[in-house]
Amino acid sequence: MQEGRVLPAKEINRDLLRSILTTPNWYWVTVAVMAIIVLGAMSAAGLMINRGMGMTGLNRPVMWGFFIVNFVFWIGISHAGVMLSAILRLSKAEWRRPATRAAEVLTVFSLMTAVMMPLIHTGRPWRLVYWVYTLPFVPYDFARGIWPNIRSPLVWDPSAIFTYLTSSILFVMVALIPDMAVLRDRTTGIRHQAYALMAMGWQGTPRQWKLQIISGILLSALILPVFVSVHSIVSWDFGMAVAVKSWHSTIFAPYFVVGAVHSGVSAVVFVMILLRWIYGWENYIRHEHIDALGRLLIVVATGWFYFFVMEVIFGFYGREADEIAVREFQFTQPPWNLWFIFFTGLTYFLPVSLWLFKWTRRNLWIMSIACISVNIGMWLERFLIIVPGLAQKQMFTFTWYTYAPSAVEITIIGGTFAMVTLLMLLFSKVLPLIPLYDIKEGDMLKTEIKIGRATVPAVFRED
Amino acid sequence: MVTQRVDHKWGMVVDLDRCTGCQACVVACQSENNLPINTKDLFLQRRAYEWIRIERYWEGEFPDVKARFIPIMCQHCENAPCEPVCPVFATYHNDEGLNVQVYNRCVGTRYCANNCPYQVRFFNYWEPVWPERLRNHLNPDVTVRSRGIMEKCSFCIQRIRRAEVTVERRERSNLDYATMKKRNFLPACVSACPTNALNFADQADASGPVKEYFDDVNEHPHNEAHDRKTRGYRLLEEMGTKPNVIYLKKVDPFPLRKGVGHGS
Repeated sequence: MQEGRVLPAKEINRDLLRSILTTPNWYWVTVAVMAIIVLGAMSAAGLMINRGMGMTGLNRPVMWGFFIVNFVFWIGISHAGVMLSAILRLSKAEWRRPATRAAEVLTVFSLMTAVMMPLIHTGRPWRLVYWVYTLPFVPYDFARGIWPNIRSPLVWDPSAIFTYLTSSILFVMVALIPDMAVLRDRTTGIRHQAYALMAMGWQGTPRQWKLQIISGILLSALILPVFVSVHSIVSWDFGMAVAVKSWHSTIFAPYFVVGAVHSGVSAVVFVMILLRWIYGWENYIRHEHIDALGRLLIVVATGWFYFFVMEVIFGFYGREADEIAVREFQFTQPPWNLWFIFFTGLTYFLPVSLWLFKWTRRNLWIMSIACISVNIGMWLERFLIIVPGLAQKQMFTFTWYTYAPSAVEITIIGGTFAMVTLLMLLFSKVLPLIPLYDIKEGDMLKTEIKIGRATVPAVFRED
Repeated sequence: MVTQRVDHKWGMVVDLDRCTGCQACVVACQSENNLPINTKDLFLQRRAYEWIRIERYWEGEFPDVKARFIPIMCQHCENAPCEPVCPVFATYHNDEGLNVQVYNRCVGTRYCANNCPYQVRFFNYWEPVWPERLRNHLNPDVTVRSRGIMEKCSFCIQRIRRAEVTVERRERSNLDYATMKKRNFLPACVSACPTNALNFADQADASGPVKEYFDDVNEHPHNEAHDRKTRGYRLLEEMGTKPNVIYLKKVDPFPLRKGVGHGS
């Protein structure tokens, strides 16, 4: 049984469209600040592309650094959308309703941000045409008989990511159609025309509803294998590298997928708490939702922790001297061991102990702290996977070195966070971040009527 | 371009017993292959270009100490880990056993450099610049690489190609190894080595200096019973990369006393 009262449809429309139909003062200030940070990061990237990759802190043994760490991080965040939306829709979890849209939109925007990272990382993004042939509007130059190398994980990557991006955009759009129609009916002028175009003639007829529901469920089921494949393939960027001892591991695929869900769902919880606060959606994003997500996160975090421990054990189990040397380097030598302690504490021990009690799960401040801590920890996790194995403990000691990020790299990383925030803010100005029809449907299922002495649900859902 | 079908398989043998660590090969390579000037800044950034480098290791502890040198260049592996990871085939194996880098194809993912166990791939982090007075020193046979491109030892493929063209076009002769040998097709490092520590030839040719070693190492791939007749071994043999470079072990007539050094 859900908490909270049943709201009239009018009130739902008024509350959830508030972000679109009115503009508070803080909104433009925040947008401006974020846009300035993004512009700063773009200038930094421009400077780097102009001068060369020497502007970064990368060097000969450490050829991959902050950009790839950030790429994996944002791909990880993007896994929240499907986890919350598709899995919970298929399993008919009622409490998913206010969370789905924000999660899906976060998926799309973080994927877009993630895709930019490898292009910035290569230093000459116009060479994209040789690499990302999967884009339909980029013709691949087959005329000279030169083909992409399908053995390379870096060719699997764009294939998986663009499939995921396409399907998650489709997923969001299908769910948006009824809400577009609501907006079409409440706006005038050019906005009305734009919403009318996007609503694609939605009238709310039973046939349209049926098609919309079926396509939503179909897309949920179809997107799940893509969801699992994306981070598996990203993990194979590392798993397939024979020469880097701490990367060359078979457990990376499930480990990365669960880690992605861990950081992604945490990010969604934080975004929901923010939305509740800034738009005053106390009636929609309720404590019970945060509570349920907190309980889900305990399971996900513990699953992730299992794979993390297993990954370490597999490393030692092989008894390969080089691999053990890298592990020893990660666990015992400063500053890596300090980062390692931070990472395990922030990713598992601190947040999970905060999620264990009902009163902590229902305290929004504590939940925010736990979810931010998970994301800092998961960022560190990717850093600790990628850099130490490259930096040292190769078989020839002559090339050992270390890595420190440059100001350009840090600026660009900061810019990606500002960019996702900016895109989310702009989206909230144009389209509702909580699905109106889904909330109404949930309320409908919640309504009870009295028949004689018995209280029964007013509506039964066909299964 | 030559028209004949040539089936050479090039190989190099490095005799560590002869290497004195003089770095002549490094300098020769630097000037032959248009490598950018390695400034102090580049070294401190760990972005110096050394297609061939002399790695120096100390054996023992002061005062009982010996310097050991090992020249390391691209090993031109048969099973090169760098090749399958390149998304655009910028690095591939040609039919002469060489691992070649196509500069025009390279998009700069740097995955190959991560996956190279010998660390012999060099990325152009900066646009290379040469002082004005060195403008005419660049080798016209070798591409000057711009920033954002991965590069590495090519076994001086431009010299092999030039020898082939000379033999076929000017001398109207066959491209067999015996004829080729009369032309200067040796890599710059091999030509420059004062002690003949570096040797380069067709692996299949009995008159060349390398066949004996390649045959021996190929016949006894794991050397489990120490049954190799020569001193030959490959670097990181256990990784299965099958390099086309063979190293010959150093013979030390005056080994350090037992119990001295890090290994004790």
